[in-house]
Amino acid sequence: MATSSIAFSEQYNYDVIRKFTIMAMVWAAVGMLVGVYIASELAFPILNFDIPYITFGRLRPVHTGAVIFGFGGSALFATSYYIVQRTCQARLFGGVKAANFTFWGWQSIIVLAALGDVLGYSQGWEYAEMEWPIDLLIAVVWVVYGVIFIGTIMKRKEPHIYVANWFYMAFILATALLHIFHNLVIPVSLTKSYPLFAGVQDAMMQWWYGHNAVGFFLTAAFLGMMYYFVPKQAGRPVYSYRLSVVHFWAISFLYMWAGTHHLHWTAIPDWTSTLAATFSIMLLLPSWGGMINGIMTLSGAWDKLRTDPIMRFLIVALSFYGMSTFEGPMMSLKDVNALSHYTDWTVGHVHSGALGWVAMISFGSLYHMIPRLWNTTVYNEKLINVHFWLATIGILLYIVSMWISGIMQGLMWRAFDDFGNLQYSFAESVAAMHPYYAMRALGGAFFLTGMLVMCYNMTKTIRKSTAVAIGSAAVPA
Amino acid sequence: MEWFMWFTRFENTKPLALLIFFTVFCGILVYLFGSKKRGKRLESYKNMPFLDDDQDNKNRNNKDVQS
Repeated sequence: MATSSIAFSEQYNYDVIRKFTIMAMVWAAVGMLVGVYIASELAFPILNFDIPYITFGRLRPVHTGAVIFGFGGSALFATSYYIVQRTCQARLFGGVKAANFTFWGWQSIIVLAALGDVLGYSQGWEYAEMEWPIDLLIAVVWVVYGVIFIGTIMKRKEPHIYVANWFYMAFILATALLHIFHNLVIPVSLTKSYPLFAGVQDAMMQWWYGHNAVGFFLTAAFLGMMYYFVPKQAGRPVYSYRLSVVHFWAISFLYMWAGTHHLHWTAIPDWTSTLAATFSIMLLLPSWGGMINGIMTLSGAWDKLRTDPIMRFLIVALSFYGMSTFEGPMMSLKDVNALSHYTDWTVGHVHSGALGWVAMISFGSLYHMIPRLWNTTVYNEKLINVHFWLATIGILLYIVSMWISGIMQGLMWRAFDDFGNLQYSFAESVAAMHPYYAMRALGGAFFLTGMLVMCYNMTKTIRKSTAVAIGSAAVPA
Repeated sequence: MEWFMWFTRFENTKPLALLIFFTVFCGILVYLFGSKKRGKRLESYKNMPFLDDDQDNKNRNNKDVQS
């Protein structure tokens, strides 16, 4: 066992993948804990305790930063380094130091961003709250990451670049573009800057960045994960390789145009709104093509869904991918958006993608990868199943409560009485939300509990491997 | 530079963009599905994630030999 592990460690750089994997789980637990707390604050405002550092406004970016960039980002670093080395049959380009720089750099960014959020330093942009010094650090770490990834592909021993690597490359290049152009600011001090763009242009830049962060960070990259780990776990190749190529080019082209659907019915030119809605509708086709391609990989081996809890995570993730990529285009239609925008429906939609797709595909991939990284077996297979059901129940509670709450909000805000006056005050709509906010917090608590079960199970798995390695080292030859 | 102004009019650039993007899309489809031989080669790449299975087996064999 130890010999095999040493052989792989020599061929590939596993050390950095192990570090990113552990931190992905740590940030998931931290980010979800903060998420449950702020969801509880909305249901029970007394939890603010009149302390500015823990109000919803400051903790919300801590939550999004920890789950998207801490958990999602670390999981993507880990899986991309794993996949690119194994499908290119090449060790990471740039050596150990460059890879370790991306690890320590990325972890520092997450911590600094969280501290900045809690202390009230913010650029005021959603998912890009970090002030300019942190933005610069992100740019440097990201460029090094890109050089390592593309350098590894360039020194590959295989003639073809596997489709998962194409998705990761699109994610790395698009994120660099989005981050740099969106964060063009004029610094006035170490903790304060002013944006280069103003008014409508600023809003357009914000949602060009925001929606493509969803498109390339939270979708394309995790599709790369899917195209490797679903076939690996199923033990059979992807249903259609050519369909995966169409999926890649269509997604890469269409996503860039859809961001403005976040700004329907505002001061933006109407044609930009229509253009964004049109491209959003077109996105349904490649998204569902990719989903069907992933699910059909299991064709002829559906029984694995009964017997393999990791496969369950991966296939349910694809189902949520399909569901949220249907819901998204539907919500981008102007008439639907007139009801859904600014309501909790949007929050529910985001979480069906974030929890159902992003988190579930990551859990499945990490469960597949961890025993191989530490060259051991899972400590307790049954706990994976427990995690799966806790996560699934949690997501359903979350989404259903937000659907009810969001549609009710939308309908209450647009209701008129017989005299043409608004039928409900805003405060009445807030009071009506209360039971659904409590239900959402409960759903989040289920999901967090599942995550803690995973942390326990994987800690035991890693410790088991370490104990075996120490044991075999102690045995005299 | 007067000809350059042609590109500033939406009634020109919209059909032009449609033509370019649609042609590229058709080109990708023809490349992927137009030739059986190429199709077979492309589909063979779907087995790439399993290349490391051979490596797994080699390592396992090495371990057996060493033990």
